[in-house]
Amino acid sequence: MPDLLIELFSEEIPARMQARAADDLKKRVTDGMVEAGLTYASAAGLATPRRLTLTVEGLTAESPTLSEERKGPRVDAPEKAIEGFLRGAGLTKDDLEIRDEKKGEVYFAKITKPGRPAAEIIAEVLEDTIRNFPWPKSMRWGAGSLRWVRPLHSILCILTDDVGEAQVVPLDVNGIASGGTTRGHRFMAPDAFSVTSFEDYTAKLKRAHVVLDPEERARAIWQDATNQAFAAGLEVVEDPGLLREVAGLVEWPVVLMGAIDAEFLDLPPEVLQTSMKEHQKFFSVKNPKTSRIERFITVANRETADNGATILAGNQKVLSARLSDAKFFWENDLRVAKEGMAPWLESLQSVTFHNKLGSQAERIERIAMLARNMANVTGADADLAEQAARVAKADLSSEMVYEFPELQGLMGRYYSDAAGLPTEVAAACEEHYSPLGPSDDVPTAPVSVTVALADKLDTLTGFWAIDEKPTGSKDPFALRRAALGVIRLVLENDLRLSLMTSIQSALGVVLKLAEWRAAAAKETGDRAKQLAHQAEVAEGVVAAVAPDLLAFFHDRLKVFLRDEGIRHDVIDACITMEGNDDLALLVKRARALQAVLSTEDGGNLVQGFKRADNLLSQAEEKDGVEYSFGADPKFAEDATEKALFAALDAADAKIAKASKEEDFTTAMAAMADLRGPIDAFFEAVQINSDNEILRRNRLNMLHKIREICLQAADLRKLEG
Amino acid sequence: MANAPSKPRSFQEVILRLQSYWATKGCAVLQPYDMEVGAGTFHPATTLRSLGSQPWAAAYVQPSRRPTDGRYGENPNRLQHYYQYQVLIKPSPPDLQELYLGSLETIGIDMALHDIRFVEDDWESPTLGAWGLGWEVWCDGMEVSQFTYFQQVGGHDCQPVSGELTYGLERLAMYVLGVDHVMDMPFNDPDAPIALTYGDVFRQTEQEFSRWNFDVANTEVLLRHFEEAEAECEAILSQPAEDPKTGHRIIMAHPAYDQCIKASHIFNLLDARGVISVTERQAYIGRVRALAKQCADAFVQTEAGGAAA
Repeated sequence: MPDLLIELFSEEIPARMQARAADDLKKRVTDGMVEAGLTYASAAGLATPRRLTLTVEGLTAESPTLSEERKGPRVDAPEKAIEGFLRGAGLTKDDLEIRDEKKGEVYFAKITKPGRPAAEIIAEVLEDTIRNFPWPKSMRWGAGSLRWVRPLHSILCILTDDVGEAQVVPLDVNGIASGGTTRGHRFMAPDAFSVTSFEDYTAKLKRAHVVLDPEERARAIWQDATNQAFAAGLEVVEDPGLLREVAGLVEWPVVLMGAIDAEFLDLPPEVLQTSMKEHQKFFSVKNPKTSRIERFITVANRETADNGATILAGNQKVLSARLSDAKFFWENDLRVAKEGMAPWLESLQSVTFHNKLGSQAERIERIAMLARNMANVTGADADLAEQAARVAKADLSSEMVYEFPELQGLMGRYYSDAAGLPTEVAAACEEHYSPLGPSDDVPTAPVSVTVALADKLDTLTGFWAIDEKPTGSKDPFALRRAALGVIRLVLENDLRLSLMTSIQSALGVVLKLAEWRAAAAKETGDRAKQLAHQAEVAEGVVAAVAPDLLAFFHDRLKVFLRDEGIRHDVIDACITMEGNDDLALLVKRARALQAVLSTEDGGNLVQGFKRADNLLSQAEEKDGVEYSFGADPKFAEDATEKALFAALDAADAKIAKASKEEDFTTAMAAMADLRGPIDAFFEAVQINSDNEILRRNRLNMLHKIREICLQAADLRKLEG
Repeated sequence: MANAPSKPRSFQEVILRLQSYWATKGCAVLQPYDMEVGAGTFHPATTLRSLGSQPWAAAYVQPSRRPTDGRYGENPNRLQHYYQYQVLIKPSPPDLQELYLGSLETIGIDMALHDIRFVEDDWESPTLGAWGLGWEVWCDGMEVSQFTYFQQVGGHDCQPVSGELTYGLERLAMYVLGVDHVMDMPFNDPDAPIALTYGDVFRQTEQEFSRWNFDVANTEVLLRHFEEAEAECEAILSQPAEDPKTGHRIIMAHPAYDQCIKASHIFNLLDARGVISVTERQAYIGRVRALAKQCADAFVQTEAGGAAA
């Protein structure tokens, strides 16, 4: 069983593409080989900045011979038909066999597809893989037409047999011929050397200062970094993404730790960290006692005679220049912040949020009005909520956020603190963007919650009003994320609010501002018609927008609750109930229903309910009447019928009381308790009795079952 | 390293070494283009010559102007007028990375002591309708060059592909010479009888141009010049290929492209004056790109652009 080794050696592959490319190489080559009839024991794809490598162990030496028998035309068939058959089989008449069949003599062909040596298959599959490789972006170079991520220089492709003899698999892709050699580190060991197996390859690469396995490089970097930091009484700030990237930039990692100039140590730690990471790909090293970032770790790609002194000094110098910029921004920003941020807010008037939804300043105005409206449901101080909404986006104009957009919100918090604003306001500046993802923390401080809700509701109602809803995979304004944010803010803070009222309130604000703009435009006589029209359009859509947006929330809620294991039909059964725009209530009910359905009584009750509901519906349709008069216990004949009367009365009282108290677990349990009496009733009693009085009374009783159960949830929506 | 290269001692020595290095590697050492441009790429020796099938190898210094980067000569690294060193070879040779690394050694960067890295950086010029893939080259964490394989210019696929190297000369020289503020950098030999620093040569012009760029340039005149350059470019290209006087086929790709360069620079000045809003910005860039595309279309019809003579 031979082993296969492939290495595609190129100019530097972007770090972010390496892992995926190693996987794609593995998948495409192994899939192609298997499709051609080869099998293998194991395979692994690996990458460095300059090479993609695939190792395959236990490959079959050739594909199996396949034979097939084909029945042809009769011997006396027209010559044309026989010729056609011969063409299809790739044979001549002499190769055919004649057999006696019932209908006469018939030609038979035996077609044998001989097995092919592995090398032949590999050459084809590899060439095809190289020509059709799924790089996110690829390029041409020189005068050629081949595409690769960066110029491809050599192809190593060898098969190693059981005694360790290696053979080059011959192939040629646009003049790049395969061989059995590779090269080491660009600077430390640039010469070519030949290899005979994967073990030989990895060992020789290591001697040539290349660590092939990206995981091994990452582990080495992390271990060395943490050791150096520990020795200095410090710790490295974890950053798995950065670690992966840095491991993709070096073949021979050498970890160097350097100091940050004292004049920069007072910058906010997030600024230091972001600047060092984004510009220099440095790790931050912090003092665990003070949480201050005091040093950096850089990873070089080589050893030097001076143990990295020159490299470290160079990196330090670049860092100082970068941090001087950051410090300059920070100090300028602090000056503006301390004077109340007015210039920032003013400049947001000329920043467009969306051409149909106005400037950032107008958006802030809407969020502020909405935050004030919503303060009573979130329990926030209305003045603080409005104040927070007014400054929450001011930092978008700051120099620091212009340079590092990912620091938005956080800088707002620093600058609000500097401006001497209340701590609740400063916290809201940072927290109002949350939650950003499904696992992001949800704010709990009332002012932050209020601004976060107002921000997201304004975005949703605004884009709904101008009919820019998400479709399919397109959601350019991240509206699904905004809706999920609202859902999590409401549920995780157990906020009781009518979402419909909030949506209408938000729409009202969108509209009001549109009207103001229209009026203002009219005064200047400029674009007046256009703006007035915008207002009209907005007004026209309000009625349709609110229910549509609520339905969107319900859809997002289903997706959200699916992770919790709550079935979509369970949610549907609860959405039709009153108060469905109160998400906390809706979810409480859905959770209770889901729980009761998993009990034996609950599951069976649904069946009993559906049977009662169907019988009743059929009878009502047939008779053309509604059986909604109270059933009378005095017509109860059977013991089970009497028992059901009693049970229904008891359940009715319990469900009504529990529902009112929003104790849905008790309500659902009371409903499930009906399972026994209902089943017994159906067992013993014929609904369609010959006695019309009894029949009518029983139908009215079914109505009672329906009515009582529907108080808890719309069981008709449940599947199965 | 057989013999560690000696360190250059001045800004001009860095330039001279690059010139002679690329000359020995077979490049035609051209002179700067005589117009205001934002980057060395705008020189027709790059923009136009990267188009078509004719082989090409050129290296040159190009003074470049970025009005918005003016800092009155006070910032240690930022200038509204600076120099780029540009190399363009078509088709890109297989050893372009090695050739490039050799150029770093020639200006005194010892490969045995420094950490050179090729970090992904895709290049795109919205005004030229051009893009390519490559890297920014880091030396000990500092970007010292841009290395690009041109894929498209002026909307045309580059076939063959050109390899382009761009060195920011001031930054690179400051690094090699160990200078922290650009104005302190020796321009000529520091032991010369009249030793001049970069500041001696350029501090005053940086101040003058910063003031003019930001506050004085007459925006109405500039706007008019932009329109005129645009109109002239299109007028040139609308001429028939055959020259009625000589009877020769003379497509005026270069004169038209001069107008495109002019429009591009005027746009940069208007941008520095702050009279172009965010939405207008895209429209202006689109207009310059349209000119660049038309010039590229014209150039590929010429002999230098690979059209049959």
